[in-house]
Amino acid sequence: MSNPNTFQIQEISAHPGPVPGQGTQRAEEICKYIDVTTCIGCKACEVACVEWNDHPFRETTFDDTYQTMPSTEWNYWNLIKFVEDQRDGNLMWLMRKDQCMHCEDPGCLRACPADGAIIKYENGIVDFQQDNCIGCGYCISGCPFDIPKFNEKTKKVYKCTLCSDRVGQGLEPACIKACPTGCLHFGTKSDMVQIAGLRAKQLREVSGFANAGVYDPSSIGGTHVIYTLHDINTPERYGLPKNPIIPPSYTYWKWTAKPIGLLMAGLGLLAVFFHRVSVGPRLPQPEEPPLVTEHSDPVEAKLKEQP
Amino acid sequence: MSASVDRFDERARREADRVGRNVVHRGELLRHPVYTRVLHWSVAIAFILSLLSGFAIYSPWLFHWLTPLFGGGARTRLLHPWFGLVFEIFFFFQFLNWFVPMSWTGADTRWLKRIKRYTTNEDKLEPEEVGFFNGGQKVYFWAIVLSAVLFLITGLLMWFDHVVWRWLVAVSYVVHDLAALLMLAGFIIHIYEGTAAMPGTFGAMMNGTVTERWAWTHHPAWFRAVTGRDPRESYEREKRRRAKRERAIQRWEREQDADEDL
Repeated sequence: MSNPNTFQIQEISAHPGPVPGQGTQRAEEICKYIDVTTCIGCKACEVACVEWNDHPFRETTFDDTYQTMPSTEWNYWNLIKFVEDQRDGNLMWLMRKDQCMHCEDPGCLRACPADGAIIKYENGIVDFQQDNCIGCGYCISGCPFDIPKFNEKTKKVYKCTLCSDRVGQGLEPACIKACPTGCLHFGTKSDMVQIAGLRAKQLREVSGFANAGVYDPSSIGGTHVIYTLHDINTPERYGLPKNPIIPPSYTYWKWTAKPIGLLMAGLGLLAVFFHRVSVGPRLPQPEEPPLVTEHSDPVEAKLKEQP
Repeated sequence: MSASVDRFDERARREADRVGRNVVHRGELLRHPVYTRVLHWSVAIAFILSLLSGFAIYSPWLFHWLTPLFGGGARTRLLHPWFGLVFEIFFFFQFLNWFVPMSWTGADTRWLKRIKRYTTNEDKLEPEEVGFFNGGQKVYFWAIVLSAVLFLITGLLMWFDHVVWRWLVAVSYVVHDLAALLMLAGFIIHIYEGTAAMPGTFGAMMNGTVTERWAWTHHPAWFRAVTGRDPRESYEREKRRRAKRERAIQRWEREQDADEDL
């Protein structure tokens, strides 16, 4: 969580009405570029992340690979995923730095029902504001990359901030700074896309990876963390979804069906109220006082008796 | 199964009646025994807590003012499934208690067909075949059964969302909300019918009793079953009695007025 005043906000989760000050400032889209082909799996980025964010060191889990633990955690935002991949009879070690992708169209933000719990800055960083988080966990199922993680103690959800606190001060994210091989890059989105494209071209033409390409999935409008992969046609091998999709129920249900449902409940309340006012109650019969009396008005009755 | 359920229900009813009391005055009938009343209000309290906490999760931007009731947004979310679980447990017993009188009959189908006459109050008296529960009440009951099942399944999927498929959880949110809206619609009508729309009905759940007039007006077949008398005939007799009484009062008033004039 960063100081929200650092960047101009572009989107606020579940916020009715426009975002204050939106579009008044020029903001470059930023991007982290990860070249998985030059990653050596040293985990320096994991350590840098833990150190910068003051997270405790977690016990590692051994699962017959070099992976630190099965998945990212609420206080472990950056994890190298090791995959032992069989290809053409050869073993290939795929190492991918897994963290929040900072999607252009973030599934977590779409799913979030709490006003202001997730914000997206104009520079592309998607950040959680735990003060407003209600811990419902909608963002967890809204994320195509399984990134947001629930903290059982605080009952709130946490994830990588793209070091928005550092970026706000003109610094690169901690993981970038720690990378010894230079496989991590940070800059504007257009620069990163260009570098990634050049690297993919180099892999295709020089290194013999005919299918090398850039992972920047267009199904969610692109991401602010992009990869070059040896084989762009099978991102699943790296644990990346080929076509990340946000469940459409989140967008349509949240902003269309939910308010309609509430509106109908409100109309229902009005309906029963006006039913009572107009049609009136169903009284036990015969009603009290009797419906038909011969002389209901005593004054009138008296007048009738007068000769 | 039905026999053992009946035995259990019978015993629960007897035990509850031993602890609580049913006070039936002259001209009244016992409609809901202690066990039914306690179950109903347990279900109601658990449902209202679930509803209020649920609203705060459904649209926090609209209902965040409800969260302080439960100690903030995160705690509201934490408590909601527990409220729901309590609701499910109590409703399960209410289901056992009521599924026999709530079983659907041809009279209920006919009741639904003339629902327009019912809502516009065209008939002062319900048709003679309307029993302990009318078609509308049964529709509400079975809607709750459906909602409760949906709540339980989708609620558990959402509660243990880290062990199930992401799409299943996404669908669960929608189904859970739909079940809630169905319940909410029924709930609004239920409260209205139980209070302002039909005076004398609220007492049936509070004291357990209704007046005979209420019984032959709204549930004639039930009136016949418990009193052995004909509902229409009892109504006509009461009507004549009241008219006679009214005439007597007026005659007496006229005599009083005449005395004063002299």
